[in-house]
Order: sequence, then structure tokens, then C-alpha cells
Amino acid sequence: MRTILHSDCNSFFASVECLYNPEIRDKPVAVGGDAEKRHGIILTKNQHAKKFNIKTGEAIWQAKEKCPELIVVPPHYDRYLRFSKMCRRIYSDYTDKIEPFGLDECWLDVTGSMLHYKSGYDIAEEIRYRIKEELGITVSIGVSFNKIFAKLGSDYKKPDAVTVISRENFKDIAWKLPASDLLYVGPATNRKLKILGIKTIGDIANFPLELLERNFGKWGDMLYAFSNGYENSPVLKSDECRSVKSIGNSTTAVRDLENYEDAKIIFMILCDSVCRRMREQGFVAKEVGISIRDTDLFTITRQTKLLRHTDITKDIYNASLKLFYENCDFQKNVRSLGVVVTDFKSANEAQQISIFDNEENRMKLQSLDNTLDELKYRFGTFCVRPAKLMFDTSLSGFSPKEEHIAHPVGYF
Amino acid sequence: MKKYISVTAQFDQDGNILPLKINWDDGRTFDIDRVTDIRYAASLKAGGAGIRYTCRIHSKEKYIYLEENRWFIEEPNIVAQKLRSTTPERCS
Repeated sequence: MRTILHSDCNSFFASVECLYNPEIRDKPVAVGGDAEKRHGIILTKNQHAKKFNIKTGEAIWQAKEKCPELIVVPPHYDRYLRFSKMCRRIYSDYTDKIEPFGLDECWLDVTGSMLHYKSGYDIAEEIRYRIKEELGITVSIGVSFNKIFAKLGSDYKKPDAVTVISRENFKDIAWKLPASDLLYVGPATNRKLKILGIKTIGDIANFPLELLERNFGKWGDMLYAFSNGYENSPVLKSDECRSVKSIGNSTTAVRDLENYEDAKIIFMILCDSVCRRMREQGFVAKEVGISIRDTDLFTITRQTKLLRHTDITKDIYNASLKLFYENCDFQKNVRSLGVVVTDFKSANEAQQISIFDNEENRMKLQSLDNTLDELKYRFGTFCVRPAKLMFDTSLSGFSPKEEHIAHPVGYF
Repeated sequence: MKKYISVTAQFDQDGNILPLKINWDDGRTFDIDRVTDIRYAASLKAGGAGIRYTCRIHSKEKYIYLEENRWFIEEPNIVAQKLRSTTPERCS
């Protein structure tokens, strides 16, 4: 039987900030984005701030209403990266199968280390102790026989705790938890489950599989397997990369976008970043998607198929702009925009050329892109830019490619 | 309090780093007689985490930390120290 650990750093960003600022350690602290650049939301909060019911993702002013003495500190991503690496250094003393899930969470398959330890619990306790001593932050660890229950375990008791969910006790622990605690049960799925009278994970496990499949399709099958402990996906080794399925960038503009000209500027920058990243990875994409969020924080996403695979910035830019024209009429000003490309194939694969396109022109555009890539690689993103971006340098003064931070990826 | 310090250290051919001397702000230097322990550790007092060297200096034990490429020590609270130094001495 496998022994899987899921280790989760408790309020990671806030813990690191509190470690570096001993004077605020016993006060409610939150890490928040830059309000001036309008990224003013709560990213994480410490245990003291949790008591005031402050939630991740809410605006800083909302949080301050709940707790006027809240201390909001700016994030230091380089520090978090360093701590994340230090955590993984400790994990790597126990196994080489470390699968990160965001910066602060990891699955570890410690089955191979069981010869030297009495139980998975002992390993988890040792890791918990070492992280506290060596890094000065706390983790909660779930120990189980698959990844799903290990994750449930790490959420079960926080902070600084170890929870074992074994084959013997999973019905007592996991089944009593609300269904929304299960990975991949979000608000929408939870609503549907409630209509079926399903409240807990145990309810899912005991629900007829056919009915789940009828209501949720293949996801019903998955939920059934998750809740019964049948899930058996391997913990990937840290060097086994997942295959990339999409590349995207989004940004909240420094001011509200009022017209198409503003939007063009943002799209130009986003598409440039997305396409450069795509070319770096050696892909061509056939599907383009955009997301538009208005000032009421209402978000829509739209996607479109292209006629052929492409990595030319101009193609992606035109496609996303077309989508934008079709779906936004500026009844409300736009707050943030995003561009994502999917449906990849390798750029080295043979491409069917078209008799209707001007192939010569496409080749010119391609070599233009490659030249620009080379220049930007050597001298930075800002060394050569379209003249359009110079109209409003405050709006165009960001570089998503360099500022890009990888966020927790999907489970599949 | 966290206090960054200047350290003279020895780098051996395997990449190990061993502190030899602490160079204080006022020009004094303190030889490290012996390093008794080296381990990764966090300093809750100073606020930081890195490699902790347990050093014997003038027969006193002292922690010095190497955090990435800067050395620091845990200094007693400066406010308290200042208060002490500004309190007028009692006349006899």
C-alpha cells in the first residue's frame, strides 16, 4: 500500500512576512496587493486575522472595515520562492516523488522510505518539526493512501498538525466532511449536489454511481472514485513536467479601460507575452480565448477557433480583438483583460499551407516575431515596442512575461 | 533584533563555508574559536532563516546565521539597550 503525504504551509505568505517582522507577529496581518495599481486584494492572512473573518480575495478596504487594526504588508515573491525551495529541500530528504501544487503545497510519495520509519505519521511529524525549526513557519500534513485523502487530511487540522486518514478510519474522518471540502467540488458542483440531497463526502460515496454519472457525466465517476478512496493517480516526480495545455496572461489595468483604443493597448501587451511564451515552448495554437472583467467585477470568457495553428503574434492579437469587439460594447468600463491560447501542437510538425492566405507575408511576420523575441531576450521587453504603446505609457507600463507568476495548476 | 554583520569566512574546495572572524562595526574583531554545530535553522528572534553556525567566541556560545549571502546575529532588543546606556549612573 502506498503512503502519500500532502503538506500545506499554513497561511504561507503571511507566515513568511511574520517571520521577517517579529514586531507584527502577534497582530492581525494580511498580505495584500498594491492598491495603487488596483491589485488591492487580500492574498493571505495570518491566524489572528482569520478570527475577524477576513477572506482571501476580498478588497483591502473591506478587510479593514472588519478589522481596523489589520496590518497589510506588500508581498515579496522572491522570499516566498526561496521558502518554497527550502521546503522542497526538506521533502527531498524523504523522497524524490514530490509533486508541487502551487508554491505552498506538495504531495510526497514516501512509500520507499517506509523501511526506515515505523509509519507515515512518523515521517510527517519529522517533516512538520523540521520545517518549524529550520524555516520558522508551520505546515499541516495529511497522511493517507491516496492523494485526495492526503489533501483532505492536510485541511482537516490547522495549523501545525498531522492528520492520518487510513483505510481503517477514512469513513469516520473523510466521510463526515462537507462535500465542498473535496478537491474539484466548487460552488457550482456543490449547488448541484445539494439539489440531489448530497451534503457530505460520505453521501457522495454512497450515492448510486449511475445517478452521479447521469448528473455530472464523467466528473460523477471521478467524484465517486475520489470519495470512496479509489483514486490512485501517481505522485509525479518533480522533474516530470506536466504537459502544457494552455498559456495565458491577464492583467488588471492601472485605470479603467474606457474605449477600444485602451483595450487595444492592453491586448497588444498580453498577446505579445502569450505568444513569446508559446514560441519559447515551441508550440503553435489553434484556439484563442479572452476574459473580460468589468467594473462590477462581472467576468465573461469567450473563445474562438482559428483556421489554422499559429504562433504569430498578429494572428492571436487580431483574433482576441475580434472576440472583444463582439462581446464588449463598453456599457460598463473594463477593469481587467486576459488572453489565453490552447489546442497546441508542436511548432516543428508539418503545417498545411493555404492557397488563400498570403504565405509570403506570414513568413515575414514569423521572422519579424523571431527577431523581436531575440531583441527582447537580450535587452528586455521594453527595448522595442509598437508605437501605439507610447500613447499612454502608464497604461502600457507593465510586462506580464517577466512579472508572470505560476499559480496552482489543475489537478489533471 | 536582526543585525547584519561582516564576517571573514573560509570557503573550502568542496564549497563548505566556515566563519573565522566577526568584524564589528567599531573596528574590533572577534575570533571564532570553534564552530560546534552547523544546521539549517530559523531565527524567530531576529526574523530570518538560513544556515545557523553555533560558534564559540571567548568561551561564549553564539549563533550566527548565513541567510543566502548575508550574515546576521540575533541582537538583544536595541531599545532596552539604549535605555540602559542613557540611564544616569548612580552617584555614591
